[in-house]
Amino acid sequence: MFDWKWDFFWEVLPRLLSATVNTLIAAGVGYVIALVLGLILTLAQRTTFNILNMIVREFVEFIRSTPLILQIFFIFYVGPQFGIKMSPWTAGMVAIGLHYAAYLSEVYRGALDSVPKGQWEACSALSMKTHDTYFRIIIPQALPSALAGMGNYLVGIFKDTPMLSVIGVAELMHTANAIGSENYRFLEPLTMVGVIFLLISIPAAGFIRVFEGWLHKKLGMK
Amino acid sequence: MEDLSQYPLELKGPNIPMVSFMNVSKGYDSLTVLENLNLNIDKGEMVSIIGPSGSGKTTVLRMLMLEKIDKGVIYLDGKPITHMEKDGLLIPATDKYLLNARTQIGMCFQHFNLFPHMTALQNCMEGLVQVLGMSKNDAKNRSEELLEMVGVIDKKDQHPSRLSGGQQQRVAIARALAMRPKVMLFDEVTSALDPEVIGEVTSVIKKLVAEYNLTMMMVTHQMGFAKDISDRVCFFFDGKIEEQGIPSDLFGNPQHERTKQFLSAIKSAV
Repeated sequence: MFDWKWDFFWEVLPRLLSATVNTLIAAGVGYVIALVLGLILTLAQRTTFNILNMIVREFVEFIRSTPLILQIFFIFYVGPQFGIKMSPWTAGMVAIGLHYAAYLSEVYRGALDSVPKGQWEACSALSMKTHDTYFRIIIPQALPSALAGMGNYLVGIFKDTPMLSVIGVAELMHTANAIGSENYRFLEPLTMVGVIFLLISIPAAGFIRVFEGWLHKKLGMK
Repeated sequence: MEDLSQYPLELKGPNIPMVSFMNVSKGYDSLTVLENLNLNIDKGEMVSIIGPSGSGKTTVLRMLMLEKIDKGVIYLDGKPITHMEKDGLLIPATDKYLLNARTQIGMCFQHFNLFPHMTALQNCMEGLVQVLGMSKNDAKNRSEELLEMVGVIDKKDQHPSRLSGGQQQRVAIARALAMRPKVMLFDEVTSALDPEVIGEVTSVIKKLVAEYNLTMMMVTHQMGFAKDISDRVCFFFDGKIEEQGIPSDLFGNPQHERTKQFLSAIKSAV
């Protein structure tokens, strides 16, 4: 049966908690990169400048069609050959940010498309500039429908952080694995990792749902 | 390429029309919607545009506000809006020029198109603050005045989802008027309304005709309304003006066969 040792649990808890903080930072920074870059990718695809459209579309397609782990390796190991040297941490956050930016740009695209054409026409009829049209009228209305997808990818990024262990980032999974190897005991650290992921992911998903409802109300859309 | 030198750089004279379409054509892909349209709207004139669907009547309004034209030139108050002057010749207008020229035109839509995340008042203020650069305070005062005029001042802090269709359309009219346009365009503004609230909107438009010397173009299916308030009615068929005249002539004594057919078809439907 299970041979669960509480004293070992207490012993490794501080190390895992500090790794949790690192993991959250990596996921958080990666997410912010993805949110902003994703929007840039989406808007770039909507410009009237055709070559830019095409390049960006291909870039998004390329990122979405290759595995994250390959992108992590590529940025970390191949990047330096092009003069891009980054620490494992930075490389990891950039890789996650880039990868999810491609997915988020699709979320944004769908959300922007869901705003009725009449809203664009109303903006034209008021002679609003493109910038104001997007940021004051269209994006606020697209936000509620983008939020579900945005939330999913927040949790998704968090769950993908263990992949950063392949380039030696001391996130949660990497740390648990190290503890296991050092002590020949994997039960406690791996179980703890699972529980920590659950304890963060579930409330995060709940929070996003509450936020979504709040936003709908705040924007007067229900 | 069209020879643009045949068009004047600006219209001059004592009685220049407010809106002037000169040889305007517009198509979508391979389909020609309007062909060689020549139409002048005088200052302060109310012109109704009627015709069967697909006749190009809505496109007449959309070319002024939303779309580029394929051929011809449109003038507003004597100045070209679809084109601009360069080295003494007309060239197609840049987006920036077009945007600026169109601030002089207001438009209302069949489906109101109010901004759902803003209150009635914010809807009216948006263009004033963002486009005309007015202070919030001035914008608020002007917007409230217009909401009062269209009779929805008591709803100023409500979002569109809390308003009836008639109220929403009146807010939309106030929003367009707030920009102090030289020309107002109404694109089937009563078509999406329940019959019992159509009067709310038509009475606002009647008020505009009676009290403001505004130039207006209205696409409508409501013949009675068009007859009541228009100075002139244009019947469109197949991308062209088939017949036009003062309402009593066009409705009472139509000359063209297609006009007669259209009017009698409408009459028998009612």
